[in-house]
Amino acid sequence: MKKSDPVNAAFAALPALLEGDTALIQRGRFLDVDCLLGSTEQAFHVAIRAGRIVDMVPAPVLMRSWEFGYRATPEAWTAFWQPMPKAGWHDLLSLTKRGEATLDGEIRPFMTHLQYFKDLLALPRKSGGAA
Amino acid sequence: MTGHIEPMVGRYVHVELDGTAHRIYFEEAGQGIPLVCLHTAGSDNRQWRYLLADEEFAKHFRIIAFDLPWHGKSNPPADWDGSEYQLTTARYTQTIRAFCAALDLDRPVVMGCSIGGRIVLNLAIDHASEFRALIGLEAADFQAPWYDTTWLNRPDIHGGEVCAALVSGLVAPQSPAEARMETLWAYKQGGPGVFKGDLYFYRVDGDLRGRTKAIDTNVCPLYLLTGEYDFSCSPDDTVRTASGIAGAEVTVMEQLGHFPMSENPKQFRRYIAPVLEKIQQQNKS
Repeated sequence: MKKSDPVNAAFAALPALLEGDTALIQRGRFLDVDCLLGSTEQAFHVAIRAGRIVDMVPAPVLMRSWEFGYRATPEAWTAFWQPMPKAGWHDLLSLTKRGEATLDGEIRPFMTHLQYFKDLLALPRKSGGAA
Repeated sequence: MTGHIEPMVGRYVHVELDGTAHRIYFEEAGQGIPLVCLHTAGSDNRQWRYLLADEEFAKHFRIIAFDLPWHGKSNPPADWDGSEYQLTTARYTQTIRAFCAALDLDRPVVMGCSIGGRIVLNLAIDHASEFRALIGLEAADFQAPWYDTTWLNRPDIHGGEVCAALVSGLVAPQSPAEARMETLWAYKQGGPGVFKGDLYFYRVDGDLRGRTKAIDTNVCPLYLLTGEYDFSCSPDDTVRTASGIAGAEVTVMEQLGHFPMSENPKQFRRYIAPVLEKIQQQNKS
């Protein structure tokens, strides 16, 4: 099993986790974006409409474009999703600062909805993460 | 009165800065050694409400927390024309000294957090004899930037939302939900461009590398305390800064981030109580 498989499984569960969080969907109600989220070993094309994930497929997809990408190492996601993450591994931007994640592309949708993306990508923390 | 009324009282003092009158809001509680508290960039004195309500500290300290102009209940000066707000090292230092002078404070202790921690270092460099002790929370002579501040103030992104979301990661995960919420609420309420303007001091004008070695802790004791979850001013940044200042006392605070006094007041109390006790004892001797 590739070391990123549990991370991939956690990402695959994101749409269902989001559907169970009506407050987060409400927060993202004005958000429509196609983005690239995942690990440095396996990213996903994620289509978000009105705060809901309506499509999510593993990258690469031939000629599929995306506005911004946020990708972290499998180790970073595993640490980030701990119930009580260690200092420096607890925030999307602490991961970019320490060089464990990259934020690429047109990041305006990410910044406009920053708390939405922080909360969305932290959802696996509540459901056991990638452990 | 049957309602629970907290002990702090709020008033306004008129302070002149560069010939312009400023109406500065402050709250205070307690009696004794004056202890002036400085809020973080983009926030206001509500961050200190737990300290202001601490009955034990209030027995020995006159705890005072003010809002910088443009923050909280301190409006911009009456003649402000809407031009870009930018805090500088000189203006911040001048504001603190003028505020202390306006209240006739006798060699106060100053405790500041984040930009307040940075300016405390500048007070230690240039004005140590005016202060009884200086306490820097989340303080360093410099720290590496981790985002572009232009995102904080632009017409197409809600400033309150993005400011709060950015700093949310600086709150330790152990912090109680209500204290986290309150800490972020102040960021959601800040005036447009004010957080960004404060960071002009932090990022551009206030680089103290090379200057902190001039600090003489025999003239004024210096205490530096930083939360382990602060990845903006990290414990390494503070330890590095302290290593060049003979006599500076450093504490790394567990389960705390960038806003120790507001994000987890009980945990912060464990660390600040011994420092205040030491200052109190030093004052007696």
